[in-house]
Amino acid sequence: MQKFIVSALVGAIFGLGIAISGMANPAKVLNFFDVAGSWDPSLIFVMGGALITTAIGYLVVFGARKKPVFDADFHLPINKTIDARLIGGSAVFGIGWGIAGFCPGGAIPALGFGGLAVIAFVGAMIIGIVLARSIDGLRHKPAKAF
Amino acid sequence: METEFTPWMSLAGGVLIGISAVLLMMFNGRIAGMTGIMTGIIPPFSTDWPWRIAFLAGAVIGPVVFLAAGGAIPYAVPVSLPLLALGGLIVGVGVYYGAGCTSGHGVCGMARLSPRSIAATITFMIFTGLTVYVVRHIAGI
Repeated sequence: MQKFIVSALVGAIFGLGIAISGMANPAKVLNFFDVAGSWDPSLIFVMGGALITTAIGYLVVFGARKKPVFDADFHLPINKTIDARLIGGSAVFGIGWGIAGFCPGGAIPALGFGGLAVIAFVGAMIIGIVLARSIDGLRHKPAKAF
Repeated sequence: METEFTPWMSLAGGVLIGISAVLLMMFNGRIAGMTGIMTGIIPPFSTDWPWRIAFLAGAVIGPVVFLAAGGAIPYAVPVSLPLLALGGLIVGVGVYYGAGCTSGHGVCGMARLSPRSIAATITFMIFTGLTVYVVRHIAGI
């Protein structure tokens, strides 16, 4: 229950941060990348503020605590390999982000105020995840069966 | 479409994103990555779905409360619905295989100096930039 309440409150802080930063605003996101056109460098400040805060905060948390307050372990990714799957997936994500102007973290907080545009994006994104997971599952099933 | 340069609001938003990432790690031991959180509640649900739903609900409600309290959130979508849907589909496939997006790799992973996240972030930033260039200046959409 505590984890649930913390998640909701932290989610609200995340959503608010995304919304006021401009990450939920496709016009602003696309302009950040449009260096050759109507460039708006604001998102450098989003990235900078988020990165510095998180880097310092993580150092403090990992330095001060052996485990999280409401869990037995810190759930950190264990995969260390940089492979074609990671780079290819990231490249494909970049293409989609460049077309739509929404990324997952930017789109979800926009669901409450962004109208049909963000609903269309999120709906299609969920279909994309389901498709990718099904294809991936098919490819890996024989290996798992043996 | 021009947008206003907003360094202070963007910095404040970035700091809030960072605070949320730190709090989620401190209390729940979790990475504040939207791809990872969301994928766990797309069927088949992961067993720890309740905190994920709570985070997503909070992320939607936070900005709505801010708007209701009189706050302003600049928002404009210079992209057609078909292209939004196409972009969404491509983003879904990409973040599944890339195992993360701007929040997971770009903020949480980069902050831990994870080589995977640094490689992923550099890759998607380059491809997003190239795509915007192609869409706007070559295709002229």
